[in-house]
Amino acid sequence: MIRFDNVSKRYPGGHEALTNVSFHLPRGQMAYLTGHSGAGKSTLLKLIALIERPTRGNLLLDGVNLSQVSNHKVPYVRRNIGIIFQNHHLLYDRSVFDNVAMPLIIAGYQHREIGKRVRAALDQVGLLSKEKCEPITLSGGEQQRVGIARAIVHKPPLLLADEPTGNLDPELSRDIMQLFERFNQVGVTVLIASHDLDLIQQMGKPVISLSQGMLVHNDLQEVADVTL
Amino acid sequence: MSRSEANRQARNAPFKAYWIHHLRTLIASLGMLSRHPLSSFMTTAVIAIALALPTTMYAALNNLSQVSIGWDNSAQISLFLRPEITEKQARALMAKLKLYDDIDSVKLIPKDLALREFQKTSGFGEALEQLGKNPLPHVIEVKPVIDQSRPDKINHLIKQLGQLKQVDLAQLDLQWVKRLYAMLEIAHKGIWMISILLGLAVLLVVGNTIRLDIQNRQEEIKVIKLIGATNAFIRRPFLYTGFWYGLSGGLLAWILSAFSVGLLADSVDRLALLYTSDFQLSGLSFAEAMTLIGFSCFLGLAGSWLAVSRQLNDIEPS
Repeated sequence: MIRFDNVSKRYPGGHEALTNVSFHLPRGQMAYLTGHSGAGKSTLLKLIALIERPTRGNLLLDGVNLSQVSNHKVPYVRRNIGIIFQNHHLLYDRSVFDNVAMPLIIAGYQHREIGKRVRAALDQVGLLSKEKCEPITLSGGEQQRVGIARAIVHKPPLLLADEPTGNLDPELSRDIMQLFERFNQVGVTVLIASHDLDLIQQMGKPVISLSQGMLVHNDLQEVADVTL
Repeated sequence: MSRSEANRQARNAPFKAYWIHHLRTLIASLGMLSRHPLSSFMTTAVIAIALALPTTMYAALNNLSQVSIGWDNSAQISLFLRPEITEKQARALMAKLKLYDDIDSVKLIPKDLALREFQKTSGFGEALEQLGKNPLPHVIEVKPVIDQSRPDKINHLIKQLGQLKQVDLAQLDLQWVKRLYAMLEIAHKGIWMISILLGLAVLLVVGNTIRLDIQNRQEEIKVIKLIGATNAFIRRPFLYTGFWYGLSGGLLAWILSAFSVGLLADSVDRLALLYTSDFQLSGLSFAEAMTLIGFSCFLGLAGSWLAVSRQLNDIEPS
């Protein structure tokens, strides 16, 4: 699903955020991306979501070489990815329902279909009763779950999450991670960046570790070896 | 439902959804404006005033032109005959003039009659009596046939009449109408200039309003870019907002100009009554009003387009 092939990213100004990173996340696999802040976790996710472009190397998403995707086509690539952010990135001038419906509206779904899918997504994150609420009236954990509902409402084959539990207490964090596992169980490929090592160890999924822009640990290698 | 029908419906569904989305965005952008009624109204009012000014001037000028067309038809040439010409000779000349193709009618003002009128109205009565002799010549008033398509014809006629041996001076009482026309033409051009400048102002007002709107919603734009919105999708609500500004501004401009004309109409009616004229002040015709509103909508769209296309590419998620 995601293949990094000697990918490097150097920001204008000379800071090299990623150096020769190579790994392969197979379809339907779930993995955690760890490392200290500044290790390059966010940059790696940004490359996948085409928010940034690699300086060197090839990055394949579902068989498509992302360096060959023109700016004009970027939105269509992003529609196949559900992205979850640490600070939710919700739109606070509209209801929970309208927030979650956004990806469907963008993709041009019909009105009836939108209602059905939004309620299904809210049901999955346990917020069906809050569809008419303003996001600002919800707790941090609830807002994060609205963000997750928005990321999965259009059933993308890939979920990316950048520190989804960054502001939550341990118990809520585990709930959120279990939610991601449930999506993975129905076939969604999931990549979660987190620095919460304790939590990640509890979850028992493959881990990729970055340190100063370099890949220092890769459980996915073993996964690949096992499947071969 | 047959299968082919079902297929067709399925094929048409995204197309239909696209137009429904357009309609929703159109209505949603109107809702957005109504959420900030004061600032929306102020922008609309600025647009309306900028458009009402040249519109009202245009309407006023149209009325003036109409009035002067009436005057043009009543143009006449005064033939001042030589002093030695007798009234009998004058009548003979008059009979001859009646045969001209270019002359509609003629009227003689004998010098005795002219003197009596002059004494009555000028206040020089006593001075004239002391002169003993009537200093005024006989005058023939010639009403030419007006051919709108050939304004030079009338000049030709004046020249021809001036060369008659009985005639001392042929004078067209139209000089001032000509001057009025020239002034109206200048005013017309001036209104065009003002319209262009104020149209530009409307463009900039809408553009700037939308630009601020985009700046305020920068975060929102970044978020929906991240979830796969195309530039066209993001541009749409801003374009529709510009359209609504244009439409409401145009409508308000129409109302303002109709109101201004209405304020003047009463006084003009009274004036027209004094001149026993049935002239009535008219505002914009329906077609003219539609042109105004259409133009205003276009300016609103164009202004927002300028703002959006410039800014949208700069706002990228990071």
